[in-house]
Parts: sequence; structure tokens; C-alpha cells
Amino acid sequence: MADSGSEEIAVIGNTDLTPSESENNLKNTMVEKGTSLLKMMEISVAEAEKRTGKNAVNMQETYTVYLIETRPVDAASEGTNPVPDSLWRRYSEFELLRNYLLVTYPFSVVPPLPEKRAEFVWHKLSADNMDPDFVERRRVGLENFLLRVASHPDLSSDKIFYSFLTEENGWKETVFETGFQAKADSRLKALNATFRVKNPDKRFAEMKHYGDELQSVISQLLRVRARAADRLYGVYKVHGNYGRVFSEWSAIEKEMGDGLQSAGHHMDAYAASVDDILEEEEHYADQLKEYLFYADALRAVCRKHELTQYELEMAAQDLTSKKQQREELATGTIRTFSLKGMTSKLFGQETPEQREAKVKMLETQIEEGEELVKERNTECEEFVKSAWVDIERFKEQKDHDLREALISYAIMQISMCKKGIQVWNNAKECFSKM
Amino acid sequence: MSAGTPRSLPSSGQKPIQDICHPLSAEECALSRSPDVLNPCSAGERDLILPNGTPVDTSSPASSSSLLNRLQLDDDLDGETRDLFVTVDDPKKHVSTMETYITYRVCTKTTRTEFDLPEYSVRRRYQDFDWLRNKLEESQPTHLIPPLPEKFVMKGVVDRFSEEFVETRRKALDKFLKRVADHPVLSFNEHFNAFLSAKDLNKRQGLALLTKMGESVKYVTGGYKLRARPVEFAAMGDYLDVFTQKLGTIDRIAQRIIKEQSEFLMELREYGPVYSSWSSFEEDLHDPLEGVSGCVSNCSSALEELTEDMSEDFLPVLREYVLYIESMKNVLKKRDQVQAEYETKLEAVVFREDKKTPVPSDVEKCQDRVECFNADLKADWDRWQNNKRQDFRQLLTGMADKNIQYYEKCLAAWESLIPLLQDKQDAKGETN
Repeated sequence: MADSGSEEIAVIGNTDLTPSESENNLKNTMVEKGTSLLKMMEISVAEAEKRTGKNAVNMQETYTVYLIETRPVDAASEGTNPVPDSLWRRYSEFELLRNYLLVTYPFSVVPPLPEKRAEFVWHKLSADNMDPDFVERRRVGLENFLLRVASHPDLSSDKIFYSFLTEENGWKETVFETGFQAKADSRLKALNATFRVKNPDKRFAEMKHYGDELQSVISQLLRVRARAADRLYGVYKVHGNYGRVFSEWSAIEKEMGDGLQSAGHHMDAYAASVDDILEEEEHYADQLKEYLFYADALRAVCRKHELTQYELEMAAQDLTSKKQQREELATGTIRTFSLKGMTSKLFGQETPEQREAKVKMLETQIEEGEELVKERNTECEEFVKSAWVDIERFKEQKDHDLREALISYAIMQISMCKKGIQVWNNAKECFSKM
Repeated sequence: MSAGTPRSLPSSGQKPIQDICHPLSAEECALSRSPDVLNPCSAGERDLILPNGTPVDTSSPASSSSLLNRLQLDDDLDGETRDLFVTVDDPKKHVSTMETYITYRVCTKTTRTEFDLPEYSVRRRYQDFDWLRNKLEESQPTHLIPPLPEKFVMKGVVDRFSEEFVETRRKALDKFLKRVADHPVLSFNEHFNAFLSAKDLNKRQGLALLTKMGESVKYVTGGYKLRARPVEFAAMGDYLDVFTQKLGTIDRIAQRIIKEQSEFLMELREYGPVYSSWSSFEEDLHDPLEGVSGCVSNCSSALEELTEDMSEDFLPVLREYVLYIESMKNVLKKRDQVQAEYETKLEAVVFREDKKTPVPSDVEKCQDRVECFNADLKADWDRWQNNKRQDFRQLLTGMADKNIQYYEKCLAAWESLIPLLQDKQDAKGETN
């Protein structure tokens, strides 16, 4: 107990950590865990700009572009601070990159993008994509996305990702040339597998369930938090009215006047303080949102497992039925219903040559089938192995990040309380001088 | 007597009403009782020093009486100079076949000889307080009578017998009696005495105890037109008008804040439990999430206390002051009437100067009434201003305190959470 005593002191001293500092801590963690990419270069999304241009259907549109800057690590540490390499990308290009990664690394929990449209807003925040606060938060979110990808053991070494960061022109064509779109699983196919798979790995089923629950609870949390923020705003702002009325009242008072007037100023300060408080809280909401979207990525991996498992099961099933057919032909007993069987009953037995041909065909199919099953089994096993590794990695990351988020949230609340105490103490002093 | 400059009368602030030579009967000081009044600070008997150490000019009666009032009501004054202490407590419900009502215990401690005993404890209900106030208004029309809490409960939502309502009312009744007890004139009123000491209030006694002064003022008809209100009273009226307005605004703001806080509280009560349900399917994060849930819950309770306190302590006092202002305005109106009557009668006399004998006593009576009223009113006004200052200082400081306490509770909750949140991390660090 004595040992933890000194630790506790150090811990409480940490309560002055600002949210941006804790964000940096997160980034440092990502860098420390150290992919070779991050050891090589610094990545940031430095700016956002509005552009206008003609879109695909030749209509005028306004959109935002983001400046991606990359800087070699050694140069920065030398202290020379050279001009970074940079290029502009818009949100849709980020989306394209992510879709490519989703298809190409289906066993990875691919980091999510910041939300496309502002959701879970409370009244002050506009839901407009052009709103500068929204754009700024999106910039931060995009940078976070890039850093997450860059710190992922598998994704960071991807060439397309590298060229996204370094090659302004022709990147889109390069992505399309990979033909990744063709490899994408159709939603229908995936849905079908989810319903019909018989023996998915239990761990994945549990993970999927966890993903569902996580998504549901974070959505609820964000919704209620937004409503609470709205109310809190109201509480603080109404206090500003005290400022005005105290000022008016002080005009008709002699001795009480000064105290009232000064107290009124503190009430105004109190009312104004809520803007910063809620802006900081948005940062917390963004951290939660990232994991809301991460839940989706997690579920995507689980769905992919279901799909590979299902395809394996289908292949196995198919093989079994083919083997059964062969057996029937060999023994002459018909156990399974088949159209051929029925027709042969109706139209007479087939000739031995016909039977011979059939058997040969079946043998071939069975051979192919066994190959397929072997293939798919390997696929499935490899998928399970890789995916589970990444899921474990993700779990650790999630636990760490969310804990950090809660800590910074608590620190925010502490700061808010301290400010409140200060303002009311100031007001109290003024009142006592009335 | 000539109709010249009005002579200044000794303020009625120093002696019990029975002892003051009635202006209408200047020769007689008729009353048989000459109580040996323990009068704390009569002029000239001792050097009057203000609490901050400066000596006081005691030469003019007006200043000494208002000083007396200030000193008597200053909280910092030592108890020696107060000789009457009144409290209202112990509300109890009485159920009878006819009705249900609440009575309060009224305790009195006093060294005044107007009282037969040094201590009293009686039970009174709101009706009795109302009776007292009416009697005081009738018998002391030149004075400002403190207000009572509202007689009727406006909103059907409020439960007359709920703890909060009864407690709020008790506090207001206590304040009422204390204000009367602290008043140099009202506290010597016979009705007040009866209220504090009598086993049963015989409320029909009323009329007989009216002083002649009270009667004469009471029957002033409202028909006279005031020519020129003296500047100081006009200023009082203006002040009261603006002050009422501001109080109304503050009341509305306070109510709005309570409403917003209540709605915020509602959201918090939903917010906390979400963390709890999240923790139920997490392993590592289970404790931190539970911790946050608990914290939010603590903050919710603290907020609930704050809003309750504001509702129960802050708003009623504001409203009480609005009633006080109404009383004061009425007293100002009465004063105007008395002055108007005097002016009218004086005018009538002036025009008939050559015809009639020098100034009829009627006009002199009016003049005396005006002067008396003005003096009483000024003294009461000063007293009221001081009370108001103290009351609002206390009220607003109290509001600040409650908010500080709220934030301190929340701060404690969140600070105690930090080590819990960082705990696992340190442990992990060690094992790594």
C-alpha cells in the first residue's frame, strides 16, 4: 500500500493533461509499437481547403480537400526541418483507399474513417459538412486514420497505401488496376452465408456479438451525451441573464451596487465558459465514434469468416453428396432422390455404357471436389489464424484507447468542476461585499 | 399654536406606543402604566458606537432612532442589546373532523416586563399569523409590516402537507416573527404580545385595542388629491417599482435555471446507466466503465440537491420580498393620503383665513399625522433597506455556496475515479 501511495500522487498530478496531449500520447503509442513505415516517415493531415470544380456529371460542386504531409523521420530529428512532401486528397479518395484495404486484407480489422456526415449533433453543432468545426474535426479524424493504418503490422506495408501518401497523380487508376473491386464479396453472398453457416468458429461468433453490443451501446451513449450537452449549454447560458439583471439592479443601489455589478461579470464569464467545455467534450465523442465504427470493421472480419467457413461447408457438402451418388451407382440402390433416378424409373434403366460414363464424371468431380475442400479448408484455417491475431491486437488497442479516453474525459470533468468552483467563489466574494 | 413650521415630534421609535404622548392630546400622558422599559439605546444615555468603531451623532432623535434600529438588526451585535427572541419550529399536523391543518410552535424568550413570564411556548396556525398581521396593519398603519408567506397555494400541484412546503412556510413564518420582534415599535404591540403569550388567541378582541392614532389614520378617506409628493418619498416609490421589476426578472431566471438543471438531470440519469450496461460485456474495461457510471450517478445526486435547495430556499425568499415591496408601496400610498388630506384641509383654511379664527385643531391634527407618518416611514425605510441588504447578501452568498458545494461534490467524485482508471495500466506496466 505504501508503494502505491507515491504512485497515486503522481497519478493525480496527471489530471492536468490536456486532451490534445493525451491525443499525442496515443500517437506516440502508435509510433512506439513501431511499424517500419512509421519508423521511416512522419505523417500528418495538416490542412483543409475548399475547392470548387465540375463533378462527374458536369455539375458545379464545392468540396473539401485535405493536405497530407509526409516527412522523413531522420530529417526531422536532425532538427533541420525540411519542407515536407505533400499532396491534396479529398474524402472520397480516403474512402476508396479504405475499400481497397477492406477487400485486400479481409482478415484485418481495418481502421475506420471519420463519419461522412455529422451525426449525434447537439443543437450548437451544425450538421453541415461545410461547417468549419466539422471540417476541422474531420481533418483530425483523417490524420488519425492514416496513423492507424500506418501503425498496423499488415496494412502499413501496402503499396497502394504508400502511393496514397506519396503519389498525387494517377493514384486512382493504380487502385482500380489492382482489380480489387472484382474480389469484393457481394452483400447478398455475405448475408446468405451468415444465415446458413453451420459451424462457425465460436470465438468469431462471440466477437460478432460483441461488435453488435459495442455498436449499440456506443450509439446510445453518444445520443444521450448529445442531449445532455444540449441541456448543459442551456444551464450555463441562462446564468448569463443574471449578469444583465444584476447590472440593471446595481444602477438603483447605493452600497450594494458595486458588489452586484462585479458578480454580474462573473455570471457572464460562467455562461461563456460552456463553449470551451463542450468543444472539449466533442473530442471525447469523436474518440467514442472511432470505436463505434471500429465495431463495424470487427464485424466485417467475423462476417468474412462466416463466408469462408460457409464456402468450405458448401464444398464439403457438395463432395459428400457426390460421393453418395457414386455409391448409389455402384450398388444400384437409390437412396437419394435425383431427377435422373426418377427419369430412369419412368423411362427405363440406363445402359451400362451410360452408367460407366456417369461414374467416370462423378470420379472427376469428386477429385476436383476434394481439391476444393482442401483449398477451402486451408483458406479457412489461414483466415482464422490471421484474423484472430489481428482481433487480439485490436482488443488490446481498444482496451488501451478507451481507457485513455475515459481518463481524459474524467480530467475534462475535473477541469470543468474546478472552473465552476472558481467562478462561484469569485461571485461569492462580490456578494459578500454587497 | 400657529400654523407655522411643523414642529418635529419625537419619533415613535423609542418608547412603546402606549407611552407616547398622543399628538392629539399633547397635555396628557394619560396611561397609568409606565413600564420600566429596558430600552437598550435611548438617546444620550450612552455613547453609541457603530460596530466598526466610529462614534455616532446622537443629537437628533431621528438619527438615534434609526441607529437604534440598525444596531438592533445587525447580526454582529452581541445578544445583550436584544431582549426578545422568537422562533418558529416544530410543525405538526392536526386532523379533526372539520379540517386538517398544521400548527407551529412559537417560542419566546424575553426580559421585557411587558411580558409576565420570561419564556413562552405556544402553538399557532397560519390563520393566527394572518390575524396578527392584520392587527398590526390596523394598529400601526404608519409602519411597514413584514409580509407573510402566501396564504393560498396557487398551483394545485403543491401538496399543502408535504415536508418541503411546510418547511418553506415555517422558515417564512419564523422570519416574519423575527422581523416584528426586531422592530422597535411593532415588537411592543399588544397584539404581538398576545400572539406570543396567550394560551388561546381571542381574535375578537381586535377592535378594542386600536389606538386612537390607528383609528384616525384608518379612517382617512381616499378622496384627497396629493399636490406634491416630497422628493424622498417619490424616490422611494420609483426605487420600489424598479426593484420589483428586477426581482421578478431574477425569479424568472432562477426558475429557468432550475428547469434546465432538472432536464439536464434527467439526461444524466439515463447517461450513467449506459456505462454500466457497457461494462457488463467488457473484461478489462469493466471496472473503469462501472467507475464512470458511479461517478455520473454521484454528480446526478449532487445536482438534484442543488435544484432542490434553490427551489426551497432561494425562490421563496425572492417572492417574500416582492410581498414586502407591496406592503411598502401600500404604506407609501397611505402616507400620500394622509399628506393629501392635510394639504386639502390646510388649503381650505388658508382661503378662509380672514373669516375664521386661527388654525382649527383639525388641521393641526393632520399636520401632526403627516409628520409622524413621515418620520416613522423614514425610519422603517432605512431599517428595511438595511434588512434588504443583509437578506440579499445572505441569499446570493447562499446561492453561490450551494453551487460551490455542487461542484465540489462532483470534483471529489471524478478525482477519486482517476486512480481507479489508471490502476490497471500501472499494474500492466509493472508486469511488462
